[in-house]
Amino acid sequence: MAVVKVTRPKLRWYEHLFLPALLKGLGITLKHAIGAVRGRASGASDLASSGLGVTMQYPEQKWDDQLPDYYRGVPALVTDEQGRERCVSCQLCEFICPPKAIAITPGEITSTDPWAKVEKAPEEFDIDMIRCIYCGMCEEVCPEQAIYLRQDYAMTGTTRKEMVNNKDRLYEIGGVREGLVNKWNELK
Amino acid sequence: MDLLPLLISALKVFGFTFLVIMPLIAYSTYAERRVAAIIQDRVGPNRVGIPATLLGFRKDFKFFGLLQPVADGLKGLFKEDFTPAHVRKAFYWMAPAFTAVPAFITLCVIPFGSAVTLFGHEIQMVIADIGVGPLFIFAIASLSVYGITLAGWASNSKYPFFGGVRSCAQMISYEISLGLSLIPVLLVFGKLNLTDIVTHQATNGWLLLPFWNEHGSIFSEQFWLNNGSWQLLLLLPMGISFFVFTTSIFAETNRMPFDLPECETELVGGYHTEYSSMKFALFFMGEYAAMIVGSALIVTVFLGGWSLGFGLDQLLLQTTEGGWKWYAGFVHMGAFLAKTIAFVLFFIWVRWTVPRFRYDQLMKLGWVVFFELALFNIFLAALIIAAPHIGLLYTALIGFPALAVLAAFMYFITRSVEDKRKKKVT
Repeated sequence: MAVVKVTRPKLRWYEHLFLPALLKGLGITLKHAIGAVRGRASGASDLASSGLGVTMQYPEQKWDDQLPDYYRGVPALVTDEQGRERCVSCQLCEFICPPKAIAITPGEITSTDPWAKVEKAPEEFDIDMIRCIYCGMCEEVCPEQAIYLRQDYAMTGTTRKEMVNNKDRLYEIGGVREGLVNKWNELK
Repeated sequence: MDLLPLLISALKVFGFTFLVIMPLIAYSTYAERRVAAIIQDRVGPNRVGIPATLLGFRKDFKFFGLLQPVADGLKGLFKEDFTPAHVRKAFYWMAPAFTAVPAFITLCVIPFGSAVTLFGHEIQMVIADIGVGPLFIFAIASLSVYGITLAGWASNSKYPFFGGVRSCAQMISYEISLGLSLIPVLLVFGKLNLTDIVTHQATNGWLLLPFWNEHGSIFSEQFWLNNGSWQLLLLLPMGISFFVFTTSIFAETNRMPFDLPECETELVGGYHTEYSSMKFALFFMGEYAAMIVGSALIVTVFLGGWSLGFGLDQLLLQTTEGGWKWYAGFVHMGAFLAKTIAFVLFFIWVRWTVPRFRYDQLMKLGWVVFFELALFNIFLAALIIAAPHIGLLYTALIGFPALAVLAAFMYFITRSVEDKRKKKVT
């Protein structure tokens, strides 16, 4: 590799005093201070900031509506258009989950059920949000596209129990997801 | 024995220290954080207020975070006061007090205002009106180096020790230029009492704005007939003095471009690494108190102290007999505090602008540049002051050539020091 020899620039006599550079620096910081006070800090218009600097005032301002589609929030179960649960409790997500946050109790669909051919549905489905690392592997591994990372990020609770999302809660967060699901196809 | 003067003095001590300077210290820490934030396009602490929602109200009162210093103080008090096992206990406990106390003692000679007349008593707005003002401040303020050095040594740990040694060398070096740069000022005033110095500036123009004297302002003919041009000529040495003095105060108070004793990147936290809770807060308070006293001293000596300036003092606040109106002291105190706060903001502004010096650059600036500059400045000021007495001819023939020779000699010496250093390196 070629050696690049950097020489220091030769300073003029007034540059040796460092005073012009000092005043220039003071001017720059003053410009920023005045800009911030007037709500025109650099980047103030981006990301729905508060105007006083680029910082967003969090609880009052949220950028929920600016979250990208690929944002990985709280994992949740989804139903199809007709409200049927997609999960067949294959437990792949439980096995892939790196911090072991998911716990599934598989249940059987009774033979009297019109959809007995689907065979299984989860009886219990708990995701421990203290353990979850929002990696999205459950979503990636799910063969039935039943678990998705949704846009919620403010998952809080005052006890450990509160931080475990059970099945009802997961469906409540997840909502409906449209799209083809093969298992509901009667011909297959 | 008359108890009234004692009572008044005690009241003044209490009032100026606990009602004026303590809140000023608290809010200068707040200002530091807010100004730093707006300079860096951030928000800063804007949350701490009265948590009214806890008491059942619907909204909290935030007051732009103005109660942040209270929260900081409470945090300092309630934190665990941890003393490491390896420290030298006695000195470790004494050091924070040694830093904070001198800064507060120096307050007593700062004139906060002229005088107020209450119930027939004229009360000077200064705790101790003594005749050695700036010398007293130098003598006491230089004691705070003990606090920092002791803290560094007693912590018995290498990084605080480096911090203590650095600060010791730095403060001793800059004290020289600090003292020397004030001599031209004292040559002009001819007295050391800070109240007298401010009174002199109120009538004859501030040292850095000498645009009026007792005969009129710069726009009137009388100003020019009464040594006006001489007054303006003095602006040159006074400007140099101001520059050297201000920079030295920055170094003395360990403020940003010279805050090597607490250089986080090299020394973890500096001399107070091993300290926690209120002991750390005392170091913090001492530092800010020193900064406020420093800016108060600069304002007093160079920027007219409590005087309103531009002849307004005589116009608005003086009685026909030449004394002050009874409320003049309060107005003057307001002016003084406004100027001091402005200067504290300047301190903060500089801190978030200028990067830290390297240690050898710091020492070179102190010993090679400022020491010589201050020394030369003394002779320059002396020549300008002496010129009217020895006559223009002698001044031009002897004075200026002598000054030029002196300057050349000093320049030559500093260059030779520089050359030797360079030769050693290569």
